[in-house]
Amino acid sequence: MTAVVDLSATPRTAARRKLGKGRVAAWLVLIIAALYFLIPIAASVEFSLRGVHDTHDLSTWENLFGQPGFLDNLVTSLELAAGTVVITLVLMVPTTAWVHLRLPRLRRLIEAICVLPLVIPAVVLANGVLVAFRGGPSWITGTPVILALEYVVLALPFTYRTLDAGLSAIPLTTLVEAGRNLGASWLTVLLRVVVPNLRTAILNASILSAAMVLGEFTIANLLLMNTLPVWTVQAGQQDGEVATAASMLILIVTWALLLLMSVFGQRGARRTGRSS
Amino acid sequence: MTVTLDPSTEAGPGSPKPGSPVRLAGLRRGYGQVVALDGLDLDIAPGELVSLLGPSGCGKTTALRIVAGLEHSDAGAVLVDGKDISKVPANKRDMAMVFQSYSLFPNLTAGENVAFGLRLRGVSPAERRKRAGELLELVGLNQHYERYATQMSGGQQQRVALARALAIEPKVLLLDEPLSALDAKVRVQLRDEIRGLQQRLGITTLFVTHDQEEALSMSDRVAVMNAGRLEQCASPDEVYTRPATPFVAAFVGAMNRIGGIASGTEVEVLGQRLVVTQAPEVPAGSKVTALVRPESVLLTPATAGNVRVARSSFRGPVTRVTVELADGTEVDSDLPSSAAVDLRPGALADIRFAPEPVMVIQ
Amino acid sequence: MAETKFRNRRQLDLLGLLPFLAYVVVFLGVPTVSVVVGAFQDDAGGWTLSNIGAAVGDPYLHAFVVSTEISALTAVIGAVVGLAIAFAVSASPPGGVLRQVVSTASGVLAYFAGVPLAFAFIAAIGSQGLVTKWLGALGLDITGFSLFGFAGITLVYLYFQIPLMVLVIFPALEGLRPQWQEAASNLGASRWQYWRLVGGPLLLPPFLGALMLLFANAFAAYATAAALTNGIIPLVPIQIAAVMSGNVAVGQENLGNALGLGMILIVGLALAGYAWMQRRTSRWLR
Repeated sequence: MTAVVDLSATPRTAARRKLGKGRVAAWLVLIIAALYFLIPIAASVEFSLRGVHDTHDLSTWENLFGQPGFLDNLVTSLELAAGTVVITLVLMVPTTAWVHLRLPRLRRLIEAICVLPLVIPAVVLANGVLVAFRGGPSWITGTPVILALEYVVLALPFTYRTLDAGLSAIPLTTLVEAGRNLGASWLTVLLRVVVPNLRTAILNASILSAAMVLGEFTIANLLLMNTLPVWTVQAGQQDGEVATAASMLILIVTWALLLLMSVFGQRGARRTGRSS
Repeated sequence: MTVTLDPSTEAGPGSPKPGSPVRLAGLRRGYGQVVALDGLDLDIAPGELVSLLGPSGCGKTTALRIVAGLEHSDAGAVLVDGKDISKVPANKRDMAMVFQSYSLFPNLTAGENVAFGLRLRGVSPAERRKRAGELLELVGLNQHYERYATQMSGGQQQRVALARALAIEPKVLLLDEPLSALDAKVRVQLRDEIRGLQQRLGITTLFVTHDQEEALSMSDRVAVMNAGRLEQCASPDEVYTRPATPFVAAFVGAMNRIGGIASGTEVEVLGQRLVVTQAPEVPAGSKVTALVRPESVLLTPATAGNVRVARSSFRGPVTRVTVELADGTEVDSDLPSSAAVDLRPGALADIRFAPEPVMVIQ
Repeated sequence: MAETKFRNRRQLDLLGLLPFLAYVVVFLGVPTVSVVVGAFQDDAGGWTLSNIGAAVGDPYLHAFVVSTEISALTAVIGAVVGLAIAFAVSASPPGGVLRQVVSTASGVLAYFAGVPLAFAFIAAIGSQGLVTKWLGALGLDITGFSLFGFAGITLVYLYFQIPLMVLVIFPALEGLRPQWQEAASNLGASRWQYWRLVGGPLLLPPFLGALMLLFANAFAAYATAAALTNGIIPLVPIQIAAVMSGNVAVGQENLGNALGLGMILIVGLALAGYAWMQRRTSRWLR
């Protein structure tokens, strides 16, 4: 479960609590926590850099792309990410815009629906997919297509919230009415009026979905699909170093995406003078 | 909602405790480059209500918080009853503070809020309930004992906060802009109630505000502050009619600035000679600025007048007429509305000043 | 005339929601309902309670017990440690380094859970791990410590439980107005008295809510345990996976559904508790 909360935003309270005697204890807690969180990361890096006979080199990383199955699974994961993002945007951007425009009173209901995926554990969802879609068309259920379709559902809590927040920040009704007034069709209004104003929110929603997809293991594994995380675990049964390197790669790409998100977010805010 | 101060419902002991004198001596406080307080000296007599009045950033809230013990001062001392309490922690100072907002503890009812200080002092639950009830009745909210903060209006919350502060019978009552967050009507009403209670109970009170009307109407004395320093501390009347510095003159009440020529103990403004409150140190004949209150500016309609009416604003009993001088300066004049009937925009008028001493600045 | 037009317009508007609703029904509703219904079915398609019966008996009951124990333990430890960290951050200067670091870290660590986390811990304290080697050099042999056991899973789960707690409890901590502490102090309360009479009672609902959220989070977690243990440890999600991959006796496919139903109920209950506590908190938290 991820939550997007900005801890560094200035709090509404001007004065800050003084720690007094608790200061030492607070720093102790923070230092131990820092160690606890940093050591596994450091260990991963070190592990992936191990060569033969206690040396350290980049051999694992250099050979990573040559490992059997790695490239295929990486491509699959990337395609899945792209596919999930596309389906999500095509489904959710018009829907969220429509709710804001015509059915504002149903916003809470839609929000509740979009929180449901958090209540159904991924394991159970995978189980359900297996049971329910057993007899479905094999080009969907037998290929990663079904994964993309389910990932859209898994990502709903974040994507809806992001798009919803973005739409709340723009004068949607005014913009749409202006567009329609000038003779634009609904599709034109959507593509040329709504979407350009939602750039940051759309980007954020896309990145959050992509990051989730790249790391998703549960459903992919249980539906016996070949994605990078699944491959990583399988590889890990033979070669821990390769698996560690692969999982680090997943992380690095994810963090790069998140970094992109915050960079573009700031730039977008500066340009338009607001942040979504 | 009015509160009648019926002696038979008086809370606490039979006779009000005599107030404690408070002295602020040489308080200094800085935050990095910013100087919040630059040597504040103030004496508050027992039972007196002194307002700290000034623009934001003048240090009034800092001073109050130092007195309360919520902040420390870099230099100087706070004395209560002649004793230096600067080193005494905030929770042992026997003072009570009412904040601007979010005063009440949200998890306690109004009654429990008021009884909070009593609970800390080991008063029995039955006695606590009784005293809290009496205090709530004093502020007119005895029906609200079981209510929570979120179920009350802003004015009601502040009343409860006041009752809570009075419950512990503090030596000093500190009020940090308690009315600023309230609606205008509630503000005026609560103002009178607070003043009435304070006088009856005789508690030494320090009241911080940026609203001069509040300060002037409630206080025994007004301490006008600017940039961390005390400009003047005197009765409301004196601060208004005999401001000690140009800042006080301009901050308290409205003030016109009109160009004039210095001439010894007098100044010549628009052809009229007026006595100055303090002769400026400039050679005679140099240009100075005279500070004149709108109510001291007298206008009479005249077909060949030397000023033109720019606009006029009806305010009930008084009308503010703004005229434009030959050099473009605008001057405000407050006249009884009956006298301002013919002074419409565009009309010409003669301008004269009331024959009182005026303050003059360079 | 205008009335019917309005009603038709309203119906037309609802039509715009159709794609979304249809999608959710098909890809979320149908699988979920299949699990719930399937829990009560036998192989022939008839109704039975035998799946439920098997799910609450051994060895599956043991899995529920272990899952509950681990979820509860990581929830409690995660809540306490997370609260301590959030507290330290809340008391630090606004706009300072600590806040920025913890904010970024919490966001970033949220994506760590699952496969990367499992391998990170194997790299750290596995048999060939970095920390194992360090401690070995110091004379401490921890190779006996099993990452796949109760203690190991707990240690690993805390890695995502603690950041979640920090994120969830931080707004509540920030929402405690300094005026309350100052007013209490003014009226004579020591710091301890303030926390006992005001701060503590105010923080209790969000704390309990967060506890329940952490519990649900741990109970539902699959990827980390799967990547770490390859299915050895008796947790309910692992058991479901085992049933799905056919690692059970014939005629017990619907058992997986019963287990799934159990998971939905437990996780759903915990999240409902969390939501209820959130509502109570919002009474004073603006």
